[in-house]
Amino acid sequence: MAAEGNAIDALGQFVLYPALGQVGSAVGFTNSNLYMVFAGVLIVALMVYGMREAAMVPGRMQGLAESAYGFIDDMVVAQVGEEGRRFFPFVFTLFMFILFGNMLGLFPYAFTFTSHITVTFALAATVFVLVTAVAIALHGRKFFGYFMPEGAPMWLAPIIIPVEIVSYLSRPISLSVRLFANMMAGHVMLKVFATFVVMLAGLGTVGPVLSLMPLALNIALVAFEVLVAFLQAYVFAILTCIYLHDAVHLH
Amino acid sequence: MPQLDFANPLMTTTLLWLFLIFGALYFVLKSYALPRVATVLENRAARIRADLDAAQAAQREGEAALAELRAATAAARAEAQATVAAAMADAQAKASAQAEAINARLAAQVDEAEARVRAARDAAMGALREVAGSTAQAMLARLGVSAPARTVTAAVDRAAKQGAR
Repeated sequence: MAAEGNAIDALGQFVLYPALGQVGSAVGFTNSNLYMVFAGVLIVALMVYGMREAAMVPGRMQGLAESAYGFIDDMVVAQVGEEGRRFFPFVFTLFMFILFGNMLGLFPYAFTFTSHITVTFALAATVFVLVTAVAIALHGRKFFGYFMPEGAPMWLAPIIIPVEIVSYLSRPISLSVRLFANMMAGHVMLKVFATFVVMLAGLGTVGPVLSLMPLALNIALVAFEVLVAFLQAYVFAILTCIYLHDAVHLH
Repeated sequence: MPQLDFANPLMTTTLLWLFLIFGALYFVLKSYALPRVATVLENRAARIRADLDAAQAAQREGEAALAELRAATAAARAEAQATVAAAMADAQAKASAQAEAINARLAAQVDEAEARVRAARDAAMGALREVAGSTAQAMLARLGVSAPARTVTAAVDRAAKQGAR
């Protein structure tokens, strides 16, 4: 995956290949899935091992687990309202899964499963199906009134209804593309500048000095990517909450 | 871009595994991990509420005790003031009675002394009149005027009365 000659292989890090040897390739278990399992195990470890003492005054791990819980709980209640509490486990799973996927991807040699549009779209489609199912279950036929806002003049209906339907259908696309594009762009940049470090270091005497510049840039980029990893997980979760609010309250 | 290589069969299997892993994670978190956190948070909230209630009760109790103490202090002060006032009135009455008795005794002594002085003066005045009478008779005898003793005594008395004024 490193630079071969003068070529910059920024996309090699996104290639899927079977993980876990023979068994993995037999069931189509990929490196992407391996990191999903890592993320899941780490999340469960944090929430179960961190809470094992269930202390009245939390320690560091318990404090982290409780902060994560409180953060998403507050978000769900603030965005959806008290009746949104039953979606809390879903939003929590979604947020933690994406956050851990993004963060794990920042480790060297790790695979970032959120940098695959198919994965992010699958998650966004799950949200879309859930939101639509909740809206129809709660409001039945009235749900379709969502596409014609109350108070709008009737003669605007031919314009408003298609626009509303398109904007509703484009939610999973914007949701998935935002996460995918952010993660992919960040990892490509990291790879490109990392390759520059290696290439410049090979340029005779001044090379190692010059290579310090992309190295410094990469250090800043990693810090930025940590921010992006958190921010994108947050955006995904809060947009899910906003969609759930629409589904529960219909505007 | 490897992400758009839809001909790769691993793309599909990755998604199937994604749903499996995500579903398992959701199940574990929803049915086991998250309720435990909720219990801990609820216990802590209940504990904090109970402690706050206890603290408020203790505060109310303390305020009641303080009010009681203030009332007791005020009552004690009023009692002490009443005692002090009574003692002062008593002492004043005693002192004024004593002063009156002393004044009465002194007045009696003064009266007695004045009476003695008056008696002494009268006695002195009587003696003086006798001396004046006999002196006046002697002077009249020397002058060769004879006058009855009664008339001389009356005249001396008159003069003495005028002189006493």
